[in-house]
Amino acid sequence: MVVFAPPPEKQGALRRFFANLRATPARVKDSAFRGGKPNTDRTRSTFVFGNVFLHLHPVRTHRWSLRWTATMGLGIASLAAFLITLITGVLLMFYYKPHPAIAYDSMKDIAFVVPTGNLIRNIHRWAANVMVLTVILHMARAFYTAAYRAPREFNWLIGMGLLVLTLGLSFTGYLLPWDQLAYWAITIGANIAQSPREVTDALGMTETFDVGGLQKLLLLGSDTVGEEALIRFYLLHVMILPLGLVALLSVHFWRIRKDGGLVRPVDAERRLGPVHAADYPVFTEEPRKTYQLAAVVRGKSGAVARGPENTVPSMPHLFYAELAVTMLTIAICVALALVSDAPLKELANPQVPENPAKAPWYFLGLQELVAYSAFMGGVGIPGIVLLGLGLIPYLDREKDGTGEWFGGPGGKALVLQALFVGFGAALAVEAFAIRYGWLREWIPDIAQLWITVFNPGTVLTAIYAAYSIWLVKRHQSTRAGALGLFTCFLCGFVLLTVVGTWFRGPNWDFYWSPSDWPGH
Amino acid sequence: MSSNDPVKPSRLDPEPLPRRDFLGKASLWAAAATGVFATLGIARLPKAAVLSSPSRKFKVTLPENLPEGQAFVPPGRSVALFRDKEGVHAVSIVCTHLGCIVKPNATGFECPCHGSRFAADGAVTKGPAPAPLPWRKVTVDGSDCMVDEDASVPPGTKA
Repeated sequence: MVVFAPPPEKQGALRRFFANLRATPARVKDSAFRGGKPNTDRTRSTFVFGNVFLHLHPVRTHRWSLRWTATMGLGIASLAAFLITLITGVLLMFYYKPHPAIAYDSMKDIAFVVPTGNLIRNIHRWAANVMVLTVILHMARAFYTAAYRAPREFNWLIGMGLLVLTLGLSFTGYLLPWDQLAYWAITIGANIAQSPREVTDALGMTETFDVGGLQKLLLLGSDTVGEEALIRFYLLHVMILPLGLVALLSVHFWRIRKDGGLVRPVDAERRLGPVHAADYPVFTEEPRKTYQLAAVVRGKSGAVARGPENTVPSMPHLFYAELAVTMLTIAICVALALVSDAPLKELANPQVPENPAKAPWYFLGLQELVAYSAFMGGVGIPGIVLLGLGLIPYLDREKDGTGEWFGGPGGKALVLQALFVGFGAALAVEAFAIRYGWLREWIPDIAQLWITVFNPGTVLTAIYAAYSIWLVKRHQSTRAGALGLFTCFLCGFVLLTVVGTWFRGPNWDFYWSPSDWPGH
Repeated sequence: MSSNDPVKPSRLDPEPLPRRDFLGKASLWAAAATGVFATLGIARLPKAAVLSSPSRKFKVTLPENLPEGQAFVPPGRSVALFRDKEGVHAVSIVCTHLGCIVKPNATGFECPCHGSRFAADGAVTKGPAPAPLPWRKVTVDGSDCMVDEDASVPPGTKA
């Protein structure tokens, strides 16, 4: 009689099966996080480069980059605000319907029927505002610490692209509620896209070369703001622009590492001083890493051969700092959302414009310029500013003051002077135009081209440009001119925004206070 | 020299194109051509051949007692109609600056968006508007008026 019996070494399969089952949770954890707890230098490293989301960070961070004044966390705050808009935006897409007949109703549903709908919408709106603000401040930080200089020139350009995309996202999101504010802001925006006609009309070439009309047509998909425009803005807002932003963001972060980390002064090591005894031990020996990849390609390579590194592990130092900034950003957005509701005006009415029809605050400076000349305010001057910003890193090839606040010839004193010039000139030009009017009132038959070329906006730009050229000569430094010009444009932006926000009432007339507005 | 001897290639002969090179170059050109045509196609798509906007030609009856110099704006339309002894005329009420709807007032029109002001004949008197308000074509048929918002006529043309 033959009894089936497996060989002895194959017995006990059931026991092993249950043993494996018991061990599974621990093994899943081990296989997901191979490095183990980040409690040694080695596991802290694998924690960073073994993780697809964290490996954009360096394994070790320079102590200078962790100082609060080095960045003020503005870049991370922008990213955090973007992530908040991303999550809340996807939630809003559950209920929002992009068609003129029902878009406004679905907004009402979100505000009054959907549980937490109003809060989510408020957070979305406030995070978008915070994002615009932090992106602008982050850019100012990068400028004033001269972080755009070689080898970081290209990342400055990527950053400009991100600024444009951020403003584009805000603008496209503005139409979606389909209320009065949305409808008229987009009508104005689409006509700004059409404003090159102001020039082609004046030159009598609109018939053959109508770039303005084409831009408006592509934006609206029709000649009025209607269902075609709404679906286009929706597509841009939820798909095209966010994808572009994520792509550029990845390059932006990646380049920070590839360009040698955050900017710091040449004498950062001396300024930081010795490491505090209580701090985590700092790696200060000569680097002994092998840079094989860096060796086979020619050219500059990151942080090779820079001497003592003076770095600390990114985990926990950098990540906890980033987490703190993220949590602070979330707290600010939620707090603002709790105290202030996102506006929702009456249903869009193509027959009766809002009076005054105001864009969101960050476009009110532009709206102020547009109220002098549509083309110059909406296309010409923004184009000049973007061109100037893009040229800065390629014109300023100096070394003095890199990584220092207001670094460079002139320094803080120059920036202070530029603040006076910038605010003074903007105030003078605005006051003159408000008090005495402009060319059209003096000479009613004047050709439009004169006003396009010579209006308060272009006059102000010319004053700023002249001042900055004078600064270049005075200090014999391009950086000095750039410091002056950037500060002036920041002043102009702030002053025009303030005038547009608080001092313009019905018919875009000047009022000292909204309480003086006539009833209508 | 027998015909079996290998011919020594001259330094001046063109180098033969190896197969791998050919494939690589062909795929590069194919990719470039695809890129160009795809871009052209994508660029063409967002510009519709037919626009969805409604007809802008309409028939309207002016109120019997419309005073001279008083504007009549037909509901849903963007022209103001006037009647005087010389006849009827229509002035566009879309601001030539940035497309807001201007409001008729005692002296002409005012734009709520950026403060442009226009005289009764549409000429710009103040503000950023780059061009006067155009006059639209009106034909009178008994008590009805046909207005074509797509056809402009020289200012002063009355029907």
